[in-house]
Amino acid sequence: MSYFCDKYTIVEKTTLAAGIFSITVKCPEMAKAAEVGQFANITAEGYTLRRPISICGIDKEAGTLRFVFEVRGKGTEVISRANVGDTLDILGPLGNGFKLPQGRKIIAVGGGIGVPPLLGIAKECASDCTAVLGFRSYDRIILDKEFEKYGANVAVCTDDGTVGFNGLVTVPLENTLKNVGADLVCACGPEPMIKAVVAVCDKMNVPCQVSLEQRMGCGVGACVVCSCMTVRNGEEYYARVCKDGPVFDSKEVKFNG
Amino acid sequence: MADLSVRIAGVEFPNPVIAASGTYGNGECYTDLYPLSRLGGVSCKGMTILPKMGNVPPRIAETPSGILNSVGLQNHGVEAFIEYYLPTLKEEGNVIIANVAGAVLDDYIAAAEALDASDVDMIELNISCPNVKAGGATWGVTCEGAAAVTKAVRAATSKPLIVKLTPNVTSITDIAKAVEAEGADSISLINTLLGMRIDIRNRRPILHNNVGGLSGPAIFPVAVRCVWQCYNAVKIPIIGMGGISTWEDAVEMMLAGASAIQIGTAIFTDPYAPLKVIDGLAEYMDKNGIKSLSEIVGQVKPW
Repeated sequence: MSYFCDKYTIVEKTTLAAGIFSITVKCPEMAKAAEVGQFANITAEGYTLRRPISICGIDKEAGTLRFVFEVRGKGTEVISRANVGDTLDILGPLGNGFKLPQGRKIIAVGGGIGVPPLLGIAKECASDCTAVLGFRSYDRIILDKEFEKYGANVAVCTDDGTVGFNGLVTVPLENTLKNVGADLVCACGPEPMIKAVVAVCDKMNVPCQVSLEQRMGCGVGACVVCSCMTVRNGEEYYARVCKDGPVFDSKEVKFNG
Repeated sequence: MADLSVRIAGVEFPNPVIAASGTYGNGECYTDLYPLSRLGGVSCKGMTILPKMGNVPPRIAETPSGILNSVGLQNHGVEAFIEYYLPTLKEEGNVIIANVAGAVLDDYIAAAEALDASDVDMIELNISCPNVKAGGATWGVTCEGAAAVTKAVRAATSKPLIVKLTPNVTSITDIAKAVEAEGADSISLINTLLGMRIDIRNRRPILHNNVGGLSGPAIFPVAVRCVWQCYNAVKIPIIGMGGISTWEDAVEMMLAGASAIQIGTAIFTDPYAPLKVIDGLAEYMDKNGIKSLSEIVGQVKPW
């Protein structure tokens, strides 16, 4: 695992929903090193801290990385103003991604802006991947067609029932586990969703990898601010989300810790 | 190319730029970008005699031109530092500074004794951490406390001793004089300023610790003032820090009285910041015919 830090040119930019942008940058060495589930720390000009943004797409041949992010504050708003031809100062790829076993059935469970880092699972696992994607409403749905394009089976859920299943991702998740089964569940989304997904996996005895978020500083493990309570070998300790994660085995994470 | 070397308490630094404690791990986190040997030195993550869990997250909040942090000295303990990190640090880095914190005097003494027998080049006494309930800054806010811990550690080690001062005091010069009188070889300042942010939507402080230490460009003028005041109060060399992010800041800090500088928060914004400062200083010296950085230390011309 190695990372880089430089200014990279934006080669493509699209809007996926109101306030949700897809930005692709040319960064060959970074793309070569990147793995599904990793993230990068992107400079928001004028702000002290870089913004951690998950990697949504890796094209090693084209030498590009794709980032899909939502404007959540002033920093991401600054980043969203960058256009094709502009450069972004990017530190990455960072952290540990998903460990995807070959030829096994994987269910990717995503909620809202937690969906983008899971797209790489569909790309790698195609029809072995089932994606359960939850959104607030019809106008917040992103990337579902792209999961389908890679061959994944997609179940969309909305909180208000405007598209797909009206309810939480845990219902289709549990049904899929009962009817089809899976060797692994990978989850990324808001903490209540992650906790609920882990509870289902624990009940059904299926391994689960979770991608976590925490307020972050350096992004490379130096400052120890983005901590997450974990248990390893029976001992509790604060792991670094940036360096030891962001993807953890759910068995190691002590939620509410 | 200019000779950037500086000497502090008998220790030779190839350049005056040191990574500040708490922002650079134990030197292992940035080697993907450039070798540790590019820096004058590294002040390692604050360590305590026993491993420490640290504070409940969130531990960081962004502020105008800076950040608040409340890590709470999470570290693996002195023994693990000496065993796992120090050999690589010594091999790859220049001056290795062990930043030591504690709750009670015996903690500081035990840590200093263990480090005395190790390969670290210097010890930086952290009596200014605002993020731990017991110890830390409670030592650094009174002359008596600062003097007592300096005296105790001085007796426990022959390593060059830097004492890191907090700005959260009425008179930083009194503290500086107190630690100088007890045998400190150098002082480093400033540690973070105590601050707070509140999320107006849920009325909760952003930091779980409620309060934390403010760092970054926002505190730079406070740091320059403190360094200047201390330069005029003590004879021991000063390592200046607090919001330095450019070579111009470094020059300014040296004019105020710093013999060397530490860079911390700026590394989060730009990991290359220390190198840019080093290169900028070299160019500044060449352009101005400065042979040694000691020529500018404390050379501000006050009105």
